[in-house]
Amino acid sequence: MMNDMMTHFDLLQPVDLDSALDMLSRHGADAWPLAGGYDSFDWFKNRGKQPAVVIDLEGIDELRGVTELESGVGPGGGGGIEIGAMTTLATLEADPLIRSRYALLAHAAAEVASPQIRNAGTIGGNVCQDTRCWYYRYGMTCYRAGGNTCYAGAPGAMNREHAIFGADRCVAVTPSDVAPALVALDAGMVVRSARREKVVPAAEFFMPPGVDITRMTVLGERDLLTAIRIPDRWAGADFHFEKVADRKTWDFALVSVAAAVRTSGGGNGGGIIEDARIVAGAVQCVPRRLTTVEDLVRGRPRDEETAEMAGELAVRGADPLDYNHFKVPLLRNLVKRAVRGT
Amino acid sequence: MTESLPLPGRGNVSRRSFIKSVIATSASVSAMSWFSAPAAARHQGAARGSVGRLVSLEVNGRTRRVDVLPQETLAMTLRYKLGLTGTKLGCDRAECGACTVMIDGVAHYSCSTLTHRVRGREITTVEGLEGPGGELHPVQRAFIDELGPQCGFCTPGQVMAAAAVLRANPNPTRDEARRAMSGNLCRCGAYDHYLNGVMRAAREVSHA
Repeated sequence: MMNDMMTHFDLLQPVDLDSALDMLSRHGADAWPLAGGYDSFDWFKNRGKQPAVVIDLEGIDELRGVTELESGVGPGGGGGIEIGAMTTLATLEADPLIRSRYALLAHAAAEVASPQIRNAGTIGGNVCQDTRCWYYRYGMTCYRAGGNTCYAGAPGAMNREHAIFGADRCVAVTPSDVAPALVALDAGMVVRSARREKVVPAAEFFMPPGVDITRMTVLGERDLLTAIRIPDRWAGADFHFEKVADRKTWDFALVSVAAAVRTSGGGNGGGIIEDARIVAGAVQCVPRRLTTVEDLVRGRPRDEETAEMAGELAVRGADPLDYNHFKVPLLRNLVKRAVRGT
Repeated sequence: MTESLPLPGRGNVSRRSFIKSVIATSASVSAMSWFSAPAAARHQGAARGSVGRLVSLEVNGRTRRVDVLPQETLAMTLRYKLGLTGTKLGCDRAECGACTVMIDGVAHYSCSTLTHRVRGREITTVEGLEGPGGELHPVQRAFIDELGPQCGFCTPGQVMAAAAVLRANPNPTRDEARRAMSGNLCRCGAYDHYLNGVMRAAREVSHA
């Protein structure tokens, strides 16, 4: 019980974004921005991270809510929506605009953790959360923690939940359910610091271990993810989101697949696929966009045969570890279902 | 008013209220020194603008003044500062639901909510659900009728989750209720009993 009391930090509660960015640039590496807190408190209670200063973003109204973007303002040059980074997952799940046009995102948000966690957990926190590799979480000095070995990839290591693609020293996977949906929707991530603002495509927001093994996203110490913009490109498309986990509640995905499909001449289970986005979660350190599968299905009929080929192609090159071979057929089947539309 | 502490010399001091009074006085005083002493030694001076320690909380319809550390969770404050031990701490990691309370009528895990974040918000714990005459909340009555609690440890959290879902959706389908209650573990496995309780409470409130 005593171990569960977090060690001391100074708590700053800014009420506007500019003050929050100032605080972040003043305290730099000593500061920890706090969103819903469900990832942060785990670290603090387990003594994995002990920041001197915590900047609570809850009081900043401009970071909350879903607004419609005028034409020409959205990431693709058209319209779209902007979601404040501190908007809760429960809000996304229920928001009428998101449910009608970007049901993929509403569905993904509804699959996160448990109802109470979705009531406080935010979209920004969800995409910025750290990986769940328990060797790393336990405080082992692995590559990701600045050491020179990977415990999860070692012979005999327990790596049932780890990567089947793209391991580069680290074999951890992206834990977010929302991230694959955002990549599939071609979202733009608005990153602010005291000095600049930039919009990073969701597909480039997540950091591959080969580039920087100690970070999960492109965010630097003084950066804040302030909003997520979704273009109207995929609004109202056929969406498919499926997450497989050991438990229906709380658990992180073993494999998840988010897909957006546009067909001509018929809806689900028919017609020709004009374009598609298919993204897998929990199989690689970053959300894995299956571009070869997208290229394959484009121009083909949305049927069993196409789905079969898509599933086979999706797992080509998979390199499972000792205990996660099951993820290969799991990914194959989820992609098959997504392409088939059932 | 179940949350008031027993007065010295009052004749009918129950075991439970005696334990609560001990928690609220001596235990929290000694706990304070455990919590803050090493941190104070390690930490040099507060960052400019850090939160103050004396705060007012709206708990169960009353304003409570309390000394709160910056890193303190609501579950800690409720249990060890305010003596509201109805809120249980199971895992302290947002993985069991025993600490569920309502904040502005919405269910939250109090083990993973900073107390400083809920200043000025309306906090309701299981102690605050009773009616004006001390009668049980419909969810509590229905849980008794449906034999929800077995060991009872998860019950306050289940009650709060159920009360919150009925606030938002007074007539849930069984599936909606099941989903809304999915953030609360019961190690006795009495899930169906609790679910029957939620459905019974919904029926009884709508027919009342």
